[in-house]
Amino acid sequence: MSSTLAGILFIASLLLALALCYKPLGDYMYRVYTGTRHLAVERVLYRLVGVKPDVEQRWGVYARSVLAFSALSLLFLYALQRLQSHLFLSLGMGPVEPSLAWNTAVSFVSNTNWQAYSGESTMGHVVQTAGLAVQNFVSAAVGMAVAIALVRGFARKRSDTLGNFWVDLVRGTIRILLPISFVAALVLVAGGAIQTFADHSTWTTLTGGEQTFTPAAAASQEVIKLLGTNGGGIFNANSAHPFENPTSWTNLLEIFLLTVIAACLPRTFGRMVGDNRQGYAIVSVIAIIAIISIGVTNWSELSANGTVPQAIGQAMEGREARFGVSNSGLFATATTLTSTGAVDSFHDSYSAIGGGMLIFNMLLGEVAPGGVGAGLYGILVLAVITVFVAGLMVGRTPEYLGKKIGAREIKLASTYFLVMPVLVLVGTAVAMATSNGRAAMLNTGPHGLSEILYAYTSASNNNGSAFGGVSVNTPFYNTTLGLCMLFGRFVPIVLVLALAGSLAEQGPVPASAGTLPTYRPQFVGMLVGVTVILVALTFLPALALGPLAEGLL
Amino acid sequence: MSTQVLEAPAPKKNGPVGGGLLDPKQMIRSLPDALRKLNPMTLWRNPVMFIVEIGAVFTTVLAIVDPSVFAWAIVVWLWLTVVFANLAEAVAEGRGKAQAATLRAAKRDTTARRLTRRAPDEWEVVGAAELSQGDVVVVEAGEVIPGDGDVIEGIASVDESAITGESAPVIRESGGDRSAVTGGTKVLSDRIVVKITQKPGESFVDRMIALVEGANRQKTPNEIALNILLAALTIIFLIATATMQPLAIYSKSVNPGVPDSLALTADGVTGIVLVSLIVCLIPTTIGALLSAIGIAGMDRLVQRNVLAMSGRAVEAAGDVSTLLLDKTGTITLGNRQAAEFVPVAGITEAELAEAAQVSSLADETPEGRSIVVFAKERYGLREREIHGAEWVPFTAQTRMSGVNLGGREVRKGAATAVMKWVRDAGGHPTDDIGHIVDGVSASGGTPLVVAEKGRVLGVIHLKDVVKQGMRERFDEMRRMGIRTVMITGDNPLTAKAIADEAGVDDFLAEATPEDKLALIRKEQEGGRLVAMTGDGTNDAPALAQSDVGVAMNTGTSAAKEAGNMVDLDSNPTKLIEIVEIGKQLLITRGALTTFSIANDIAKYFAIIPAMFAAVYPGLDTLNIMRLSSPQSAILSAVIFNALVIVALIPLALRGVRYRPSSASKLLSRNLYVYGLGGIVAPFVGIKIIDLIIQFLPGMS
Repeated sequence: MSSTLAGILFIASLLLALALCYKPLGDYMYRVYTGTRHLAVERVLYRLVGVKPDVEQRWGVYARSVLAFSALSLLFLYALQRLQSHLFLSLGMGPVEPSLAWNTAVSFVSNTNWQAYSGESTMGHVVQTAGLAVQNFVSAAVGMAVAIALVRGFARKRSDTLGNFWVDLVRGTIRILLPISFVAALVLVAGGAIQTFADHSTWTTLTGGEQTFTPAAAASQEVIKLLGTNGGGIFNANSAHPFENPTSWTNLLEIFLLTVIAACLPRTFGRMVGDNRQGYAIVSVIAIIAIISIGVTNWSELSANGTVPQAIGQAMEGREARFGVSNSGLFATATTLTSTGAVDSFHDSYSAIGGGMLIFNMLLGEVAPGGVGAGLYGILVLAVITVFVAGLMVGRTPEYLGKKIGAREIKLASTYFLVMPVLVLVGTAVAMATSNGRAAMLNTGPHGLSEILYAYTSASNNNGSAFGGVSVNTPFYNTTLGLCMLFGRFVPIVLVLALAGSLAEQGPVPASAGTLPTYRPQFVGMLVGVTVILVALTFLPALALGPLAEGLL
Repeated sequence: MSTQVLEAPAPKKNGPVGGGLLDPKQMIRSLPDALRKLNPMTLWRNPVMFIVEIGAVFTTVLAIVDPSVFAWAIVVWLWLTVVFANLAEAVAEGRGKAQAATLRAAKRDTTARRLTRRAPDEWEVVGAAELSQGDVVVVEAGEVIPGDGDVIEGIASVDESAITGESAPVIRESGGDRSAVTGGTKVLSDRIVVKITQKPGESFVDRMIALVEGANRQKTPNEIALNILLAALTIIFLIATATMQPLAIYSKSVNPGVPDSLALTADGVTGIVLVSLIVCLIPTTIGALLSAIGIAGMDRLVQRNVLAMSGRAVEAAGDVSTLLLDKTGTITLGNRQAAEFVPVAGITEAELAEAAQVSSLADETPEGRSIVVFAKERYGLREREIHGAEWVPFTAQTRMSGVNLGGREVRKGAATAVMKWVRDAGGHPTDDIGHIVDGVSASGGTPLVVAEKGRVLGVIHLKDVVKQGMRERFDEMRRMGIRTVMITGDNPLTAKAIADEAGVDDFLAEATPEDKLALIRKEQEGGRLVAMTGDGTNDAPALAQSDVGVAMNTGTSAAKEAGNMVDLDSNPTKLIEIVEIGKQLLITRGALTTFSIANDIAKYFAIIPAMFAAVYPGLDTLNIMRLSSPQSAILSAVIFNALVIVALIPLALRGVRYRPSSASKLLSRNLYVYGLGGIVAPFVGIKIIDLIIQFLPGMS
């Protein structure tokens, strides 16, 4: 079987698996977020925290709850790292240095999981499991809660509330993330991933050398790392590490896990707004962008380097032999499109165009399908902007899902749209303009520039994957990338919730023949076009001096 | 047939609506205004163009410090970009100014004869400007009415051409729905006493002048939203270009062998090129034309003799989803006409026709006239002079009219009244008369029973005649997603028949003003925007409640005050055109925004290789237009960017072509023309400009 055919079969089986899950998982999540009954364990949690689960929140309260929860998580995670030497099961690791601890805390709370450290040599069991793994769950649940709040904004009529953040957070964690993680972790263990709290041990290898075995609760953390589109690996090699991702079929399972929730949320959205076609339209946009991206990356990796480099195996540089070029390309595409940031190959080794595509994937603003929750609210904001321009062109005040897109909605949506490019471009420019920034580059010329651009893109989009190459564990990068992650996550969240509040207040405008239908291929095509063109226009100068300059040599 | 019915829209006397062609003279006339608008104190209101102006100032300084042909060429074209944008606005305003000038002529100082309260018929002469609300003035033939008001005494023919452009005089009389008069119009005959209703300086003409001049024009909600989007895009492109600088400096520094060029030096991209890139990327096309589109939209309404009291109302017209139309005058010709003579058994049609005609010869009501006309057309019965006839006029008590001709008595009228008259005279109406009457009613017509002393002859079927072409218009409306509701005082049966014939979606029968108001509220609660027309005082609450309330100029002051538009032609069918203008306004904005953004793609393909191909020769692959040199490429993009504004001024003023159709079809068409066209056009345009300017000195 040729490697191309194998790659296509691999991709097709992923798409098939996702398609099979779309309805059942989407419907299940719909029931989770719209149900009125609380589980016993949830009641206990609400009582512990002191939350009245049946009290609905206005958007401001909802936003303050998100921020308060995240701020507390941030402090807790920072403290945990700084006090590591005093914790049990710390594997003898010392306290984490302040700028790194800040960077890592922000990184995990913002669902970015950018790692400026090497897991096996920095974090002990407690920080990994009680700190980082917990954030893997709750930061993902925060993203989903915000997305659901926005969907409620569309679905509700003349309402000033958006639901209860604490309920959404708890349900997302307990009813969605935990059960799937539990099952998937067992499967992964069956596939060869490790799950242990043991201490370091040393083994003699076949060649007679000595190797230190680093134990970890890898399988459980691996699953939520992917399912919650987190990406922070327990080992530095991330999903390229055989203890995290042992074989080709676990690789497929991992890609499935990192896309499944984001790919099924449109169904939940469709159900909640009472029109499944709207969900299909959004998921079509996601699928079109994703398939094009996968195609470009694979084509570039498999062919772009020319016959000689192919023959000597250049495309295999930075890849695991057990995955190969095509499957690595799919993982890389999926991880950058979803804001996961897990890697099973070294993105710095990708061809200029392939690597550029990975940057472009993130620059899309993690919308295809994006992070869990974050992707859905990202694409809905883009849909609002698309509807605005398209709606004017049909001669009516633009409306989406029966809600008018007026000055206030456009103000919030376009500010949302501004945040990410500002962070990426200003961050990159500052790094390139300062000696602190330039000093960290591994390569010079356009490739070096791509490395920096990738780092800020990854942080601002809460992706967390690394191009590699740049030595990012410096106070300069820890601080600036930390700021990008923080603002890149929470400024959009506040704007999205404000938008949701503004939409929920409106009464519905009934649809008529004069209303722009937002479920037809026409709108799908337009949304794809707007997403891609806006990103291209915003980032072309930077991309030209990085990947394009390198690729078009 | 002489009626006061308002016919379907007649061709306008103001020439073609919208004035598609742009008169070059008009451009030149507006040039001084365009230059005046360069003043930053006024230009900052348009953020996109304000940034272009700042860029123009900055590059001017750079060109003075370090002159070159390329630098000065860019400077000139950047300034031209701002001037062209101002020109678009100035031309749009210029059209209104011409209109305002004619209105001002009507407003020339007049004097008024104000009645004093001391004695009846005693008056004093005061200046028109001194009149205040509640004053009562006398106006006689040949005098100009000094202010807006209601006729409280008398009847007169008035020449309103100064305002409506219509030369035929109109009748204004006290009481009823034709009592309103407008200041500046001229009384041609008779004498009326007018009670002034306007406040000083706030007359209808004053408001009209302010409106057409675009003075204190307020941005409409959609315009505000679009401005926000444009501002956001501008910020994004500013940041994208500004943050490119450190990247450019770095790229230059890692390629030390590459000599400095006009575009890129060791200090990064040169100021002139950076400004050029910014100006090309920010949405200057729509930014330049946005206010012109708004002004022109109002202007299109004015040309159709509709005055919108706010731009908001025009925009709302595009959003209307329910149209309330009065049956009479809007859907039907306004009066019932004889359509059939149905005789009872034993009577021939000709006999019935003759009796009907005789009874109607002296009947001057439109219905009566129509019976005579119908009898003549269908049965060849001529009008004749009848001597010795005694006419019996219609009264509300008898509910019938007719004639006594010697011994012959003929009556026609409401079925019950006429049958009673027959019975009273000892006759026995046959059974079939009841069936005929019911049949006519069921079909939506009005039955008039004709009888002679002691016997019923038959029934005249009076029918509301639906105006031609209404069904097609309503089908169009339906395709646009607008529901039409017919409002009528008729009984439900009649209303339904006419509604079916006209093709409206729904009807409100036996409607009272309260019913109308309730219907509007109900529609609005469902999130629908409602448009309606009205002229009577009892329409005022509904006009005020509706989102688009068009008052007829012939209507009462109360109605005109309550609505947010006034139709000077008093043509209720115009509501449909108003909706179309509202939609066209929004479409034009959306289409030009799309076009503006789509243009950026080609400009990148021109400017990025021009800036960086020197350091990274591979980027020359992006120069797919094969532009001759970096200077020529950048200048061509800037020139194209400026010229496209001028090229689109006519479109902005005229509005994008609008054909009523579904939203999907409209969007497809506009996406092809302005989206795809917006991507392709600059590739072609920039290449052509490059082919020409490459021969300029300093371009290679």
